[in-house]
Amino acid sequence: MGAERDAELTAALAGDLASGFEAIVHAYQHPLYAFALAMSGEPADAEEVAQDTFVRAHTALRRYPPDRIRELKLNAWLHQIALNVVRNRVRRRSLRLVPMESDMPVADASPGPEARALSRAALRELANLVSGLPEQQRSAVVLRCVQGMTYSEAATQLGQPEGTVKSNVHRGLQALRRRAGSLSEVS
Amino acid sequence: MDLLEKDLRDLGRVRAPEGFANRVLTAVGIVPGGMDAYASLDTPVGMLHVAWSADGISALRLTRSGEDFERWFGARLGRRVVRAPALPERLAAQVEEAIAGRSRRLRFDLGRLSPFEQEVLRKTLEIPRGEVRPYAWVAREIGRPRAVRAVGTALGHNPIPVLIPCHRVVRSDGALGEYSMGGPRVKREILSREGVDASWLEELAARGTRFVGSRTTHVFCLPTCRHARRIQVANRVPLRDETQAREAGFRPCTRCRPALVS
Repeated sequence: MGAERDAELTAALAGDLASGFEAIVHAYQHPLYAFALAMSGEPADAEEVAQDTFVRAHTALRRYPPDRIRELKLNAWLHQIALNVVRNRVRRRSLRLVPMESDMPVADASPGPEARALSRAALRELANLVSGLPEQQRSAVVLRCVQGMTYSEAATQLGQPEGTVKSNVHRGLQALRRRAGSLSEVS
Repeated sequence: MDLLEKDLRDLGRVRAPEGFANRVLTAVGIVPGGMDAYASLDTPVGMLHVAWSADGISALRLTRSGEDFERWFGARLGRRVVRAPALPERLAAQVEEAIAGRSRRLRFDLGRLSPFEQEVLRKTLEIPRGEVRPYAWVAREIGRPRAVRAVGTALGHNPIPVLIPCHRVVRSDGALGEYSMGGPRVKREILSREGVDASWLEELAARGTRFVGSRTTHVFCLPTCRHARRIQVANRVPLRDETQAREAGFRPCTRCRPALVS
């Protein structure tokens, strides 16, 4: 996604926080929501995670001097905050006992094979499966395959060597194929 | 890229739910462009809903629920309003001060009202606390002396009662007149809290007194004008109308302008 657009957004943000932030919310609401949905598996959680991410970003930006704002790598910075929000929530949630989601059948999924886009229910189910992966594999799969980062970008984001990310993506995809059975065959 | 990977890319193209961006913006205290935000505010007058835009306060209403407020707002002002968790701190403080009668530095957004309505409301904002003016006074002051009834209608539809003090506009015959936020009884209460004795005004009107003149300055005022209240009892002259006042040698007060000052 556009480094150029990000530079414009951060320049606007350094000029005026309110209008600049509004532009950022409009530019990033969908990708961050998609990220949050894949990481958390539930639309209600996803909305909370995404909103929390923006609120934290806003709080941080209020303290940043303009120079620092201009130098932000926006996409990576927002994803970092979102990753932290997800990790904190999972830690908090794992204190309670969360029942494992049983593999729900995909309710309505029969668009023709050529117009093969997943139905809402199938997307939810897929998000649910992804969110059930072990943390290392989940983050790697979501950043690389859902958010479309390069291996190098994902590695930087996760602070891991590229090789580690590759193998986590590989193992994550294998696990998904096993569990999904797959979704593609259903539709 | 196999099917699973395609599906994962699809998952990355999921869109946030309708209204999500606006919820985020209001959560951090930003009014989304072209919209108004609103929140409830507990005040001595009751639980209010207050709406504001980037330009200032746009509406205030005693409504039972946010849904009621949103419906009313859409019908009255024809634009959308989103719920915020609370009023921005400074705005809440200003509204509370204004209701307590301590401050008048509020900004209003009257952008969706007709030019006539805007003029009526801006004129009404000039009426000081503790004083009242007749509907005909407002009409004359904005240069539309015959539009008395239209002034009444505009004030009846005042989207920001209390803060824009439409309760300070009364009938020329001494009756308080209608009040959109709870009828004449509430109007009387609010005025009395501001130091206006409605019964006294009614008595004056019943005796046919519309103005009060001063024997020492030869100036005549509306009865609640601060200058009128300073006239000592011995020097007060009750006056029936402008003609009588002028014939008796009185000039209209330049502060309350009971008649055209020429």
